[in-house]
Amino acid sequence: MIASIVQQVVVTILTAILVENLVLSKFLGMCPFLGVTQKTSTAAGMGVAVTFVIVVTAGLAWVLNTTLLVPNKMEYLQTMTYILIIAALVQFVETVVRKFVPPLYKALGIYLPLITTNCAVLGVPLLNTSKNYDLGMCLVYSFGAGAGFTLALILFSGVRERMDRADIPATLKGIPSALFAATLVSMSFFGFQGLFQ
Amino acid sequence: MNDVIQQIVTPAAIVGGVGLVFGIVLAYSAKAFAVKIDERITRVKAALPGVNCGACGQTGCESFAEAAVAGRVKPDGCPVGGAAVGAKVAAILGLEVTNTAAFVSRVACGGLLGCSRQKFAYEGMKSCTAAAALHNGPKACAFGCLGFGDCVAACPFQAIVIVDGVAKIVEANCKACEKCVAACPKKLISMVPKGKNYLVACKSTQKGPVVKKNCDVGCIGCGICVKKCPAQAITMANNVAKIDPLLCTNCATCVAVCPTNAIVDVTAPIVLRKSVVTA
Repeated sequence: MIASIVQQVVVTILTAILVENLVLSKFLGMCPFLGVTQKTSTAAGMGVAVTFVIVVTAGLAWVLNTTLLVPNKMEYLQTMTYILIIAALVQFVETVVRKFVPPLYKALGIYLPLITTNCAVLGVPLLNTSKNYDLGMCLVYSFGAGAGFTLALILFSGVRERMDRADIPATLKGIPSALFAATLVSMSFFGFQGLFQ
Repeated sequence: MNDVIQQIVTPAAIVGGVGLVFGIVLAYSAKAFAVKIDERITRVKAALPGVNCGACGQTGCESFAEAAVAGRVKPDGCPVGGAAVGAKVAAILGLEVTNTAAFVSRVACGGLLGCSRQKFAYEGMKSCTAAAALHNGPKACAFGCLGFGDCVAACPFQAIVIVDGVAKIVEANCKACEKCVAACPKKLISMVPKGKNYLVACKSTQKGPVVKKNCDVGCIGCGICVKKCPAQAITMANNVAKIDPLLCTNCATCVAVCPTNAIVDVTAPIVLRKSVVTA
């Protein structure tokens, strides 16, 4: 029994990180993927902040969905209420972190407001709903998705740090070459398709 | 009627209710977790120049304001703002002003392109640090200003220009932030108190004949200025003279007696002729 649960958890996390990677397979959260990947340190900071918000949002969204929306047959309100949750939660997290962990607030300060409009944060609760997960699996999958997002950002920032030093034709410097690189990184993750059945 | 309730009132109640709950939670948390910011920090920050140069040793103007309010730094610790800002900050904090002389940076090299020799033609990156890494740079004198303007790029106040291959400080613009001191790979730039007009524009510790071969205006370590200075403000160490700005009386005797013109009047107007790099 325990073994099968552990197996399910591990498979779900690995699926979320590798096979269904938020950025590289589902093309969610492209803005921070291109926006904050110039340096590995900022990419890691953004990834951790997004992971935290995704997990908490997904939990709250699950509770709201099962207690309010499904019994009232109001599933069509999911997008709206989830956005409400994200916006309020990011604001709340910012207030709390600022009060109790000032160093973390200083480190994440610029990223927290950005997360409100990150579609990956909205995408994960919606995916959870469509997969009919229970609360536990919902949190596990959300953590995996956040970890996958962080991994994608860190890997891509490494690629971009190297590209900065490469001799790239003038027309392709900056965003064009970054898009090429994103395509290649995304194709490499395509190889994970069918890893788990 | 039931349809109306089902289709309009319930969704509105759910979204509105959720929004209301979150609103109350946020309003409450904003009060409960409010971070008190000392209003003096805001006022000190407003009095500061706001360049965030970091010359005070703090990470920026905001950190300096916090440190000043906490009493960790002196109110006049901002080298950019100087005495005027120091007085304002002290007034906000209710402290006495301690007077420190304003500083200005000086470049200790006078080896212009015309009067110093090159040991090879340098075709690499236009950067002093890069040039210095290659056999100490193209200048025959290993101590001289390379003139690629690393200090010009580092200066946030456009206070440095390159004239004939040597950096010159525009004293009116210099805010003594010391960014250039760190940027110079030859360590030629130093801070001296304002109002001292004379400078030994050479840092070469080599012996006289070698200096003479490399540069027309180098300090050859003859020691005449040390003997002639009426204020005993000049000392000789490692074959190069040094003026102590605290003892210097601006009498200009040293400028007159120096056989190689290595001692210069820094107040002389800067003539831009063949500028390699300008701000």
